[in-house]
Amino acid sequence: MAAVVTSLKQKQIAQLAEKGKRLDGRGLEDYREFKIEQGLIEKAEGSARVLLGKTEVLVGIKIETGEPFPDTPNEGVMTVNAELVPIASASFEPGPPDEKSIELARIVDRGIRESKAIDTEKLVIEPGKKVFIVFVDVYVLNHDGNLIDASALAAVAALQNTKMSNYEVEDGEMKVKSGYTPLPMKKNPITITFAKIGDKLIVDPCLDEEQVMDARLSMAIDDNGNICAIQKGGTGYFKPEEILTVSKLAKDKAKEMRKKLGW
Amino acid sequence: MDNHGEIMPTFFEPKQIVTPGEILAEGEYIAGENAYKENDKVYASRTGVVNYEDKRVDVVALKAFYIPRMADTIIGTITEVGFNGWEVDINAPYTAMLRAQDVLARQFKPQKDDLAQVLNKGDLVVAKIASYDRTHDPQLTVGEPGLGKITRGEIIKVTPTKIPRVIGKKGSMISIIKQETGCQIILGLNGVILVTGKTIEDEQLALMAIRKIDEESHTSGLTDRITQMLKEEQSKREENKNESKT
Amino acid sequence: MNQKPEKLIDKKGIRLDGRKADELRPLKLEVGILSNADGSAYIEHGKNKILAAVFGPKEVHPKHMALQDRMVLKCRYHMAPFSVQERKSPAPSRREIELSKVIRESLEPAIFMEYYPRTMADIFIEVLQADGGTRCASITAAALAMADSGIPMRDLVVACAAGKADDTIVLDLMDEEDKLGSADVPIAMMPNLNAVTLLQMDGILNHEEFETAVNLAIEGCKKIYTIQKEALKAKYVNAKGEEAEE
Repeated sequence: MAAVVTSLKQKQIAQLAEKGKRLDGRGLEDYREFKIEQGLIEKAEGSARVLLGKTEVLVGIKIETGEPFPDTPNEGVMTVNAELVPIASASFEPGPPDEKSIELARIVDRGIRESKAIDTEKLVIEPGKKVFIVFVDVYVLNHDGNLIDASALAAVAALQNTKMSNYEVEDGEMKVKSGYTPLPMKKNPITITFAKIGDKLIVDPCLDEEQVMDARLSMAIDDNGNICAIQKGGTGYFKPEEILTVSKLAKDKAKEMRKKLGW
Repeated sequence: MDNHGEIMPTFFEPKQIVTPGEILAEGEYIAGENAYKENDKVYASRTGVVNYEDKRVDVVALKAFYIPRMADTIIGTITEVGFNGWEVDINAPYTAMLRAQDVLARQFKPQKDDLAQVLNKGDLVVAKIASYDRTHDPQLTVGEPGLGKITRGEIIKVTPTKIPRVIGKKGSMISIIKQETGCQIILGLNGVILVTGKTIEDEQLALMAIRKIDEESHTSGLTDRITQMLKEEQSKREENKNESKT
Repeated sequence: MNQKPEKLIDKKGIRLDGRKADELRPLKLEVGILSNADGSAYIEHGKNKILAAVFGPKEVHPKHMALQDRMVLKCRYHMAPFSVQERKSPAPSRREIELSKVIRESLEPAIFMEYYPRTMADIFIEVLQADGGTRCASITAAALAMADSGIPMRDLVVACAAGKADDTIVLDLMDEEDKLGSADVPIAMMPNLNAVTLLQMDGILNHEEFETAVNLAIEGCKKIYTIQKEALKAKYVNAKGEEAEE
């Protein structure tokens, strides 16, 4: 009896929200307990696993070399891919990425890219010809709501954990030297997602809450409290006042998290 | 265990946990629940607790899904509203059907009757398995007193094999829960339990107890531990109430 | 840019990771670690890190694929892009498709397919990190996930490989031995029923070497089987180690 949220539960969620409470006893602005583990996949250049309540996301970073984009010849490349693998939920089918996994990948990408988290100028091997390509692979292992925040957190934690082999360029050939250098990072963005249920705004929706919410609003906040990416999702709508409320709450929440994480 | 001078071995102590493929007995034994016999040996087919009764070897499975049986009372969720009935999720490998005729208890007029008004997607029902066999999906009926749409309460899912544990010896366990929480409890044999109380807190308490039974069903002394837990939670709540009054 | 090792086994018979010819890599198994799957297991075998999940039995989609007399089994073996040295594209490769098939065929004989006509079960295997012998580790984990789901089985299925490194038959090949050795023989079996359900080989072995390899692999399987059973039981043995009540 997994897929459909019963109408009784829907009513309950709405009734509790009116009282400022949630199914699992949280307040409207409380995150679930979360845990971050870094470096668990030794074969990857960087990795991190986030447990947010029962949601579990693993991100692996692989570094390869290639050509830069023609409009940014002096910058390295980052690309984000997300897989909603079938083990994570009965509702995930095997196959190429669908609109949900593509949206997730692009939201995570935007948060990192727009905040300039990675110092891409330091990822150039030969300007205009050869640069490092950072592959961020988001692997959702268990879906219990708010894949966005969990994935964004895991992605940044994995990037922080990433080490690149030292190298030198000899006669136009790249040669690996001993030792490693951490991936050059400038910022650590944090994404905060709010769900709208009735006229209440709740942070970090769990799966049941996501299935009854009207819409969601995610904001990526950088180390200086600036908003660098936003995504509204779902078929409902937000009033302009609600959007401004969320932006203020997201900034506060991100600050709180940053302190907890030591970022 | 002698039989006509032959010694027929059993390989486990009663109540030990066994896993699929473990040899439970050899010789003239009958394979009971969650066990099978091949080449004179009885093997376990599910993880569970082994039980020897005379010549019969059963395994009480620690985790199994529900397979419909005639006349079972079950609790299900409406998943689809169709043209002449509803599809119901009964926490089983097969989707169940509830026919409009059964619910409306009269001739059903597709043009006039809007089935979604009667039962909509997401509604919960208590029903009975009216018919089921290997060749077709289970059919439900709500045509008996006590059956029909659920309008209040919370549901919880447990492994169906644990339902007897929730009932307890001669109903001892379930009586204690009802007593201490003041809740009404309907047990679906498909592992879905409905708890209806006067307050959400009462319901949460009953759910906590049931969850604990589901997790610790294979241990002893459970009835006492549940009773203790319920009494402790109740006194905690009394304290909180008194504190907020002062 | 790793340097190819000159020898896989040194003069004292010690392999690159310090093991002797007949030693298994360190093994860790955990059951029931994913909350949405009906059954799940996690294996760490050497540097292999693999998650297996089972969903089912459930309704068959599309409906015309259903079988009237038994369950349909589907299996997907898939590697994460970051699981190997050079990033792998998430799209299924021909190797993954073949492995999905042989893994399914290694597990199917253990399952009581005929108990659940008109249903299907999905097995999903995700390799998070690969280091030689992923198909064997996947089978070991998938069988546990299947048992964890409560689907009845004749026995657990366990898998292990043996092969030839330099001139020695060795047990449980790691990545370098897999790539640089001269033979690889993975085997899966139901140990209590003495039934081999997967057998493949690549490389070149004479008859005696093959026999040695097969026997060595079967020995390895039996050792892993003990750990498999413990992992299943571990979920239910509580801190007090109490036994079940009636």
